[in-house]
Formats: sequence, C-alpha cells, structure tokens
Amino acid sequence: MNSILNKQEIYNILSEIPDPEIPVININELGILREVKLDGDLCTVVITPTYSGCPAMKVIEDDIKIKLKEIGIENVKVELVYSPAWTTDWISETAKEKLRVYGIAPPDHSSVDKKVLLGKPRELKCPLCGSSHTEMISQFGSTACKALYRCLDCKEPFDYFKCL
Amino acid sequence: MNLQEAKFEYLLRLGDSSLIIGHRLSEWCGHGPILEEDIALTNIALDFVGNATELLNYAAQVEGKERNEDDLAFMRDEREYRNLLITEQPNCDYANTIARQFLFDTYMFFLYEELKSSQDKTIAAIATKTHKEVTYHLRHTTEWMYRLGDGTAESHERLQNGINDLWMFTSEMFDMDEVDTLLIKEGIAPDLNKVKAGWEKRVKEVLAEATIEIPTTLFKQKGSREGKHSEHLGFLLAEMQYVHRAHPGAKW
Repeated sequence: MNSILNKQEIYNILSEIPDPEIPVININELGILREVKLDGDLCTVVITPTYSGCPAMKVIEDDIKIKLKEIGIENVKVELVYSPAWTTDWISETAKEKLRVYGIAPPDHSSVDKKVLLGKPRELKCPLCGSSHTEMISQFGSTACKALYRCLDCKEPFDYFKCL
Repeated sequence: MNLQEAKFEYLLRLGDSSLIIGHRLSEWCGHGPILEEDIALTNIALDFVGNATELLNYAAQVEGKERNEDDLAFMRDEREYRNLLITEQPNCDYANTIARQFLFDTYMFFLYEELKSSQDKTIAAIATKTHKEVTYHLRHTTEWMYRLGDGTAESHERLQNGINDLWMFTSEMFDMDEVDTLLIKEGIAPDLNKVKAGWEKRVKEVLAEATIEIPTTLFKQKGSREGKHSEHLGFLLAEMQYVHRAHPGAKW
C-alpha cells in the first residue's frame, strides 16, 4: 500500500479513467465516481450507475482496479450505490462542452422537467452545424443514456444525451 | 410468516417481473419492425434486467442463505418464480408487445412512484432510479399506443386484439395477500389499491385517445403469487437458464 497518497489524490488519479462508451469525458465529470474511502490498507471506491442496466459499470469497475494496482493499491473494493440516484444534472458545464465537440448534444435542461412523460421533445441544437432545425428519430439511441436525433439542415444524425 | 420472509417474497415478485419482461423484450433483438424500434426495445430490456439484478441481489441479501442474484435468476424452476403472468406472455406481433408493455409500464410507473417513499432504504433507492427510467419507457409505449390504435384499420385491429388477449392478466397486478399486509404495516410496500386507481385512470385515458375499447371480459387469470404460471414461462426459463446450468460456475 502506497501510504503517501491520500483520499483526494487517489480520487484525482481515478478521475483520469475515461467513460468506456464516451471516452472524451471521464468518470468524475460524468458523476459516476462518488467517493474514495481509506480504511487501513483497504481502499473502497464508491460508484453509481447512470442507468440500472448500464453494461459499462463492469468495465469501469475493472478499470478502477487496474488503475489502483498501477499505483500499488491491491486491496480494493468497488461499491455500487443507487442513492442518491444519478442525474444528468451532475454533468459539469465543461463536460457538456466536451460532449458537444465530440458530436453528442448534451442534456439541455434539468432532470426535474416533468415534460419527459407527456410533453413534446425539446428543440435541440445540432452539435455539428448549430442549427435548431432538428427532429427526434428515436428516444432510444446507441446506448441507454442517449436518444437519436437528426439535423434537418446539415442532414447528419446525432446522439442526444437525454436528461435523467 | 415473519418480516424477513415477507420482504424476500416481495423482492422476488418485483425482481422476477422485471427479469421476465426484460427477457421477453430482449427476444426482439434483431427482429424489430424497424431499426429504431429494435434498439428501443432492447434498450428497455436492458433497464429491466438491470433493475432485476438490483432487486434479486437485495433479495439474496435479505434471505441470507449465501445465494446471489445469479443463483436466484438461473437456478430456480418455474414454480419458484413470482413474476406477474402478463410479463411472461409471448411477444406475438408488435402491437401485442406494445399492448403488454403499455399495461405493464403503467403499472410500474405508479407502483414505483409509491416505492420511492418505502421505509426500506434500499428499496426506496432502487425505486427512485427505476422510476426515472420507467418514465421514458411509458412515454415510448404510450406514443405507440396512439400510433397503432389511431393508425390504419389493420394496426387498430391488431392493437385491440392485443389488449383483449392480455386484459385478463391485469387484475392480479393489484391482488394483495399476507406479504403485502405485513409490509404495508411497516411502510415498506404500498397499498395496491392506490396504485390501481392511478393505473385505471391513465389506462382509460390512453385507450380512449388511441380509439381502443376497454375489454368487457370478466374472467381474471391469476396464480403468479403461488408460482402457478402459464405454459410459456417454462420455455422462457429453459432458454434463459440453459447456459448457466450447462456450465456450472463458468466465468466469463
């Protein structure tokens, strides 16, 4: 056990781990990494899933263990918590900009918006050409956290990180 | 029956329903009527299987017999399964799947809304997460209800047939027994009459707008609480459990 590192330093190191499905942002920016706890030589890392069935969680758990092993921490427990429930509100403004540059329209309003059940889908800006002339193709996109849109001006389809 | 036994039984009911309907939806993978729907149904399936994993994991903890979520999912036979009968009904055509999904999603929506304030912290946490996801599912299936019901003569007929076929399985969703009574008293589970009121109101509204008639059939099929299932569950489990049982203890 590398006793030189404190909780915050370990947290910062783990923050370098990219999300397996959206590698432009890391697990800290996405709000998946919640806490690092140290108890003797045991290092507990608390993470929360974006969606219940998110298949990336296992990969993230493995990535955490590999990363910690690199810095000499072998006794690791990865704890999955569901409360408080993950929300897109935790994605930072910087991370949202990274998503946009990557071609994914970031979540554009607060998750408490009840419109999700009854209202019409929001008008979104195309992350490629900036046009607001877009339409939703499907509420379910390439991963559980994304919906599929298309730009009616530049004709490109794009992913939208939906609000949760 | 003590509180621990009641809680285990209750978690199996919730977890099994999610697992079985999740598995049913996953059968659409590669068979969806259009690519977007293929992706949508399998996305929803993933949410359900994830929800089942959480619930069965907790059920195993509550039971305290050194079983885990995989043991519960893959090593129980059909008579030990507690999923609602509607969740195991075959996919049939797309309209039938949408009908089943709409009736069940609406139930999930109102049930989990209540479970969010369960006195059991783990159930409340899982419910809070799941309810957000179910809101998306329900919106999706509701849109398809309108599209098919108020669409062509053929889509209307198929959806009406689906609703007619499945209606007899809806009443057992609100049945309560000793397990519910015990957990209601502890503030862990909601009174299903409350869930029923929300469900009936919403289903009526959507069916009316989709120009679908509410079936008048009075026959009610029940049995899931005692592990009495339709013949479909055995075939589903045979497929779902085969690999796990054929290669005991195998690691990915």
